[in-house]
Amino acid sequence: MLSHDIVIVGGGLAGLRAAIAAHDAGIRDVVVVSQVTPVRAHSVAAAGGINGALGNAEGGRDDSWERHMYDTVKGSDFLADQDAVEVMVKEAVPVILEMEHWGCPFSRNPDGTIAQRPFGGAGFPRTAYAADKTGHALIHTMFQQAIKRQIKMYQEFMVLRLVVAEGEVRGIVALDILRGELVPIRARAVLFATGGAGKIYARSTNNLLNTGTGMAMAYEAGIPLKDMEFIQFHPTGLWGTNILMTEGARGEGGYLVNNQGERFMARYAPKAMELAPRDIVARSIQTEINEGRGFNADGPGGGYVHLDLRHLGRAKIMERLPEVREICLNFAGLDPVEQPIPVQPSQHYTMGGIDVNVNGESRVRGFYAAGECACVSVHGANRLGGNSLLDTIVFGKIAGKHMSEFVQSGGRSRDAAADEAALREAVRAVEARIRALEDAPGTENGGDIRQDLRETMFQKVGIFRDEATLAEAIRDIRRLKERYRNVKIRHTGKVFNLDLIQQYELGGMLEVAEVIAAGALARRESRGSHYRLDYRERDDANFLKHTLAFRTPEGPRLEYSPVTITRFQPEARRY
Amino acid sequence: MEAFNLKIFRYDPEKDAGPHWDTFRIPYREGMTVLEALLRVVEHDDPSLAMRYSCREAICGSCAMYISGWYRLACKTQVKDALEDGTVTVSPLPHLRVIKDLVVDMEPFWRNYERIKPYLIEDGPPPERERLQTPAERAQYAEMVDCILCGACYTSCPSGVNNEEYLGPHALLWAARFYFDSRDAGKDERLNRVANENGIFRCHTAFNCVETCPKHLNQTEAIQRLKAEAVKKALALRR
Repeated sequence: MLSHDIVIVGGGLAGLRAAIAAHDAGIRDVVVVSQVTPVRAHSVAAAGGINGALGNAEGGRDDSWERHMYDTVKGSDFLADQDAVEVMVKEAVPVILEMEHWGCPFSRNPDGTIAQRPFGGAGFPRTAYAADKTGHALIHTMFQQAIKRQIKMYQEFMVLRLVVAEGEVRGIVALDILRGELVPIRARAVLFATGGAGKIYARSTNNLLNTGTGMAMAYEAGIPLKDMEFIQFHPTGLWGTNILMTEGARGEGGYLVNNQGERFMARYAPKAMELAPRDIVARSIQTEINEGRGFNADGPGGGYVHLDLRHLGRAKIMERLPEVREICLNFAGLDPVEQPIPVQPSQHYTMGGIDVNVNGESRVRGFYAAGECACVSVHGANRLGGNSLLDTIVFGKIAGKHMSEFVQSGGRSRDAAADEAALREAVRAVEARIRALEDAPGTENGGDIRQDLRETMFQKVGIFRDEATLAEAIRDIRRLKERYRNVKIRHTGKVFNLDLIQQYELGGMLEVAEVIAAGALARRESRGSHYRLDYRERDDANFLKHTLAFRTPEGPRLEYSPVTITRFQPEARRY
Repeated sequence: MEAFNLKIFRYDPEKDAGPHWDTFRIPYREGMTVLEALLRVVEHDDPSLAMRYSCREAICGSCAMYISGWYRLACKTQVKDALEDGTVTVSPLPHLRVIKDLVVDMEPFWRNYERIKPYLIEDGPPPERERLQTPAERAQYAEMVDCILCGACYTSCPSGVNNEEYLGPHALLWAARFYFDSRDAGKDERLNRVANENGIFRCHTAFNCVETCPKHLNQTEAIQRLKAEAVKKALALRR
């Protein structure tokens, strides 16, 4: 049976940074298990930038970690844990400089320093960037550093189960996709950096692999998911395909315009305008569409408004936003130099995730999480643009380092026989689930259920919510879970079996969706991205608290935990 | 157009003695990409179809294939742009071992990438703050960092056919990317690794890489710039 000191699941920025940190702290037997080659991870698609108080730009010279912290806490609608935010913003400058030292091709100011642009919720230049391909620049640099250290990677391995026994992590069970074999891997510590759950939603900017399976596996292993009802809708997904039109487009001065030719953000955030936080801009756009001031109100694909870059001029668009232009040319058949871009709010980010502390530790000894699949929590009810790349690198690094200390100090109990017994049992459980899927009646198509789930989530657990639609969503999801029992894996070959992968992961998607809807139904207030039409105000007296969802056979059981407040007392949130 | 034919190269090592072609009739939707059409086959027509995909927006490099006679990303290719007589034809990238259907063994591709030491080589500890690099210095390599490592150039290069030792345009592009980065301290070593018959001197300037690159990069130019550096160095040594 394979055995390693540290197993990192996920090859995006958080996972690779954790592996590098563990390696540099002296753990040589650290492996990365990844569904795809790391440069294919969703990190590659991040566009706009990474926040840090470098103070490099005109208008941002007096920036500080305290200002970054205040903006992040206010942006989170005061749900973020302030001790965790403080850790993140203090580490921001060092990790950005570290990426530069490792060769990341950041865009530059004329004086040679790293360039910064304004993003929502800060309103002045704090976001370091590499044109509009910052995630691409960062993940390639990180992958290169992992290669330099010769960190071992099991690529095209999909993890199907997290193995926990007696409150301790034992390892994982993975599927070797190319060979079709189940591979149990024993580990002294495991970190999940498996990304978000965007593909549970219709109209998502996410890649096709972000199905939340890491969250589902942790949930199944008894670890609670935290604050899952907070789903970020990015204001500007390209109409039709919902490919991300980066916030950098507004940071560089792009306008949002309705069908009256009006810059409507003046109505909703008169000071910040297009650079208000994402939750506010997304709701504003949807309100314009709902009230008849959008385009294509009842047409297929839904309504949209215009993101207008034309006044920026060709040169600036080509220099700062080349990928936006390329995507528009490829996927919408228009050139933003000459035409406005049709955009609509699109699911973008999962603020919630696996419940962990600032060191990435969960309540299971030896099990850690980092990146979008985790909830530390630094984003609270609404994440600011430019803080997710930061989150992945900072908390990946901290968790990797902490894991190495955990392992070096003896870590959890080390009874090889008990571990192997737990892993063998887990393999049997996975085999049984696969067999059940193979033996199912097959009267349902998994693709149809996925599509129904995505529409349900977007329509009923979306930008605007209320009691009736949320309750309906939960009923729908439970019906889909019933239908899922009749989904059959029709292809039984071993080599690269997409049918097996898709039908297996659908089970986890349904579980995670149920947690999102249940948390949203129980939270009778509006805060950040969670907006209840029947409870339009934030209610600190009753809901200044984190939701924790535990799995039971009857569905999620909800508990709450306090928010850590250190420097900034909750106040009304105005922009 | 209501529907079109999607003709796919098929090979399943567990049951096929050799490859064959399957054709599916796919309902068309305005704006449909080849990747969407292939995913529809998996969900509705034949769940045994194998392919790689991830971002679906031409930034991750997973889904490079040979589509209607050209090297393309399936996610970026509009069905209407790849139609020939009502049919879109899809096969795997050539010259690599087929694992199953559209999935090829990329190991030689990655091995060559790693051979050029694809990471910044530093001389001593880094400064307190960022290394300064002007926009003009960044422009020396800025385009090259847009490579998504998809494999289109590598598998279209005539110099690489039946020669896995040839580094290939992708690896040479990355060698140039670091060589021309003002922060890199590994110039001599980089040049030594690529200035040989399995590196830049095997490039016959066929320009296939430039033509196939879905990110519109100019690998040939990068290779020629490295050749110029190698010649300059050789001449300097003779003086």
